[in-house]
Amino acid sequence: MPNDLSPVATDGARSAETQWDLWEVFTQEGAGAPHEHAGSVHATTAEHAMQNARDVYARRGKVVSLWVVPTGAIVASAPSDAGPLFDPGNDKAYRHPQFYKTPRGARGL
Amino acid sequence: MSRESENGGNDGWVAGARPATATSGVAQNPFFEYLLRLADDRLVLGHRLSEWCGHAPILEEDIALANIALDLIGQASMLLKLAGEVEGKGRNEDALAYFRDAIEFRNAQLVELPNGDFAVTIVRQFLFDAWDVLVLERLTAASNQALAGIAAKALKEATYHLRHTAEWVRMLGDGTAESRARAQRALDDLWPYTAELFLGDAIDAEALASGSGVDVESLRSRWRQTVDQVLEDATLTVPKDGFAPRGGRVGRHTEHLGRMLADMQSLARAHPGAAW
Repeated sequence: MPNDLSPVATDGARSAETQWDLWEVFTQEGAGAPHEHAGSVHATTAEHAMQNARDVYARRGKVVSLWVVPTGAIVASAPSDAGPLFDPGNDKAYRHPQFYKTPRGARGL
Repeated sequence: MSRESENGGNDGWVAGARPATATSGVAQNPFFEYLLRLADDRLVLGHRLSEWCGHAPILEEDIALANIALDLIGQASMLLKLAGEVEGKGRNEDALAYFRDAIEFRNAQLVELPNGDFAVTIVRQFLFDAWDVLVLERLTAASNQALAGIAAKALKEATYHLRHTAEWVRMLGDGTAESRARAQRALDDLWPYTAELFLGDAIDAEALASGSGVDVESLRSRWRQTVDQVLEDATLTVPKDGFAPRGGRVGRHTEHLGRMLADMQSLARAHPGAAW
């Protein structure tokens, strides 16, 4: 297991002294649906980030819930880890659930 | 914004003649007049905010201001449509928005003032929003079902507007020395114009008596609670009451409204009936 899962450098969230912190925005479009990454906003505080996220990403759609997360708190995998982390799954068909029949009427799978 | 020019702009009505209400026939139809007051606050403030589109200090706030502008213009559209029906002379919302002149507008003077810097725009919006939420809360119980429905929709929007502008007042006031100075100057300049929001007259009394109005004078103490709390959080000083211009409700406006309307109405007047 590669051991470089350090938080994304917070320097990346501040491009200049005058630039507000970056926040990642996740929107949920219905009860039970997953929160999905929608994009990012700049903001000074959590409340400010919530408002900007609402105005930029939730004004037109059917969003029912918002998460905002400081970009610096996101832990990301490195591109060089793509092989070890994700490749092995491809040739292990038994790990995939495609042999099950999806019940009619089941949604959101 | 120059305070001197604002004051100068108001000298006209103090010594001035009666407003020319006869042209719009409002005296014969107080509920029509009342709806125009509600609608014009929103139409004029919405248009002022729309002037920020593409100019706000940051992309997120540009979108936020445009959202609020669209909310207000949408409310104005519904209220003017209802006003046109109440008037019964075949005027729709477009006719009322684009083919009335400044003396026929019934908005409070606060909302027609120029945008100034960002602090002026935010403080003006905050002072209005804190009042607007209280007005709309009461109008949701209006005996006129159409008005009650519009108020219920608008109240949700206004509640968010207040949350947004209150947060900005806190950030500006409790921010840098420059943002604090600009916010305090905006507050000092705009404060006198808030008095008009709480002045009721015979039109308001008639709407109230019919079950579709608001006792605006009674809103003042709750408005001050909201405003005082936010200003305290923002480390800003509540200005003293004193000079209190008024007259917008009967068509007496600052010189700024006419210029704004010239811009707002030019397209509709150059191309009547244009659709896009």
